Amino acid sequence: MSTNPLVMGHPLASTENARHALLYMCRIRKFEEAVEDLFGRGMMHGTMHLSIGQEASPTGMCMALTIQDQITSTHRGHGHCIAKGADLTRMIAELLGKEIGYCGGRGGSMHIADVETGNLGANGVVGGGIPIAAGAALASKMMKKGTVAVSFFGDGAMNEGAFHEAANLAAIWKLPMILFCENNKYGMSSSTEKAFAIDDLADRGKGYGIPGVNVNGNDVVEVYEAAQIAVDRAKKGEGPTLIIAETYRWKGHSRSDKNLYRTKEEIEEWRLLDPIPKFIARAIKQKKLTQEQCDAIQQEATDAIVAAVNEAVKAKAADPAGLLDAVFKKVSA
Amino acid sequence: MSDRMLTMAEAVREAMTIAFDERPEVFLLGEDVGIYGGAFGVSGDMYHRYGSERVLDTPIAELGIVGAAVGAALSGMRPIVEIQFSDFTAQAMDQIANQAAKIHFMLGGALHVPMVLRTPQGSGTGAAAQHSQNLEPWFASVPGLKVVVPSNPADAKGLLLASIDDPNPVIFLEHKLLYKIPGRDPVPEGSGRIPLGVAKVVREGKDLTIVATGIMVNKSYEVCEKLAAEGISITLIDPRTISPLDMQPVYESVEKTGRLMVVQEGPAHAGFINEVIAQMAGSSSFGSLIAPIKRLAGMNIPIPYAPQLEKAAVPQIEDIEAAAREIVKNWR
Ligand SMILES: Cc1ncc(C[n+]2csc(CCOP(=O)(O)OP(=O)(O)O)c2C)c(N)n1
Ligand SMILES: [Mg+2]
Repeated sequence: MSTNPLVMGHPLASTENARHALLYMCRIRKFEEAVEDLFGRGMMHGTMHLSIGQEASPTGMCMALTIQDQITSTHRGHGHCIAKGADLTRMIAELLGKEIGYCGGRGGSMHIADVETGNLGANGVVGGGIPIAAGAALASKMMKKGTVAVSFFGDGAMNEGAFHEAANLAAIWKLPMILFCENNKYGMSSSTEKAFAIDDLADRGKGYGIPGVNVNGNDVVEVYEAAQIAVDRAKKGEGPTLIIAETYRWKGHSRSDKNLYRTKEEIEEWRLLDPIPKFIARAIKQKKLTQEQCDAIQQEATDAIVAAVNEAVKAKAADPAGLLDAVFKKVSA
Repeated sequence: MSDRMLTMAEAVREAMTIAFDERPEVFLLGEDVGIYGGAFGVSGDMYHRYGSERVLDTPIAELGIVGAAVGAALSGMRPIVEIQFSDFTAQAMDQIANQAAKIHFMLGGALHVPMVLRTPQGSGTGAAAQHSQNLEPWFASVPGLKVVVPSNPADAKGLLLASIDDPNPVIFLEHKLLYKIPGRDPVPEGSGRIPLGVAKVVREGKDLTIVATGIMVNKSYEVCEKLAAEGISITLIDPRTISPLDMQPVYESVEKTGRLMVVQEGPAHAGFINEVIAQMAGSSSFGSLIAPIKRLAGMNIPIPYAPQLEKAAVPQIEDIEAAAREIVKNWR
């Protein structure tokens, strides 16, 4: 079902690794494009938060993780799910409200979890996943699992109490946790300039006595390198790291965004910093991939999404009959 | 007249601008209420009209936002806080339930909190369990909060103006699905207030009394119209404020109809509407009932995502219609 085992290690360590990095960034891009299309055609209900432009961050972070390592995700979580190895058909099926969807149609885009790949779930609540990741890291430490827990969150989430309380707990208990901020410059319409009185969000690490590092979130190599250092530190019992990955969302916050708070020029500038061609150029230059291989990988990603959509569309719609029985886990006799 | 057929969003905005113009101490704060115009477009152009000093865009920090409103309110200002989805009042619940609600009582009346917290609630948008709740009973069960649930634009305007005047914390619960649709009645010009704690008899009939809150008033209204054509006449009562609750019109109506049905969107278990049943059961009008009281409410589940599941989770017009018909036909 899931696409594990995942390839781990440096995106430029081998052809296999480079292929994985490119394939997963492309899978995320194509997935998000498919979601936009399904939405536009009225086949998808609710809302959507697309991560087009941000693909390098989850891909780079997850290449430093084992399948057992855990993540918590956000409302903008499709990329995290895919990078951790989720099954594309079950993801699309969830968005289409199908029985075989990850949540049986009960959760939708903002609530996909995949226990098999260590994904504890996307979250509709900004900051909601951060303390949960701290708790997963606490369990790992108490049960000597040797795993780390990564919380993905946005810049906006860093002003929620949940961020501060979780960062402090993780720091004082030296939890194997990574606080991974995708700083895409805006929390809905609030720019980081307006929402923070500091210029460098990584400075927040100091306040909790943990390292705070900045990376170019559009560079899968840089993200991976910082992630690996943080994972090593966490697994050695030295505690959490705050990673600030600078990136940008090309699309509006959600379906109803008129983009009044930013300029077309700014969006255009960031589109030029597309993480995918940037990595392709580097992989070719370092002779890890050829242009032909890169073209084939992109096509492979597209084909995988098309196949997932076709299968999901055909699947059976979720049935309201079981709803009342779905609230509680059955108490075992 | 037709140009006064405002939507709920427009009516709420109109009330806020009237209050802004009347009193310099009124201001609005919340996430994306400024240049974005509010997640549901309620503040609209207010940022451009009143500037960033009175329309404050905040970081994503609900506890801080509501706490700052409480502090400002007890220090001479009159804040209107917008929480982007009522679900996120959970983040701010200490300031709402432990601070704002209790300050006047607990401090011997030394301070009071003239704050309005406006927030969209309810299901029907496909936003799933953490963005779709109806939390009426959370607030209604806290002494010290007034709780308003407008069902239409005209009421929303008058009730919001009264809420802003009120020297106490008021939770103002707006239903998302009502934001963009015009009401049945035009919204009056001017700055008329609708007092808190006065229920509205929306229409009168002799066979059945329906008490419904928020969007369920609208759904029930359609049922009343439809069944009227079949000769079933229904009284529909909208409490408008669920704290304090005005039961008098309910008693008076039940004495005439002998049948009572209550309808709410939120889960049945420990829901607000149960309060209406409890007060009815303890009143001298109880003896007028010729039928068991019928309760229609949401299922006891979180709101699911898929449209077919989401619909099943809360009462729909067809459910109300079937239940109304049944109670009238079966109990004569
Ligand atoms: C507690 C809470 N407050 C507000 C919201 C509404 N909301 C959803 S996403 C969002 C912006 C989040 O910004 P950020 O954390 O930077 O993530 P991004 O959307 O940029 O990926 C807001 C305000 C929410 N879902 N949860
Ligand atoms: Mg952001």
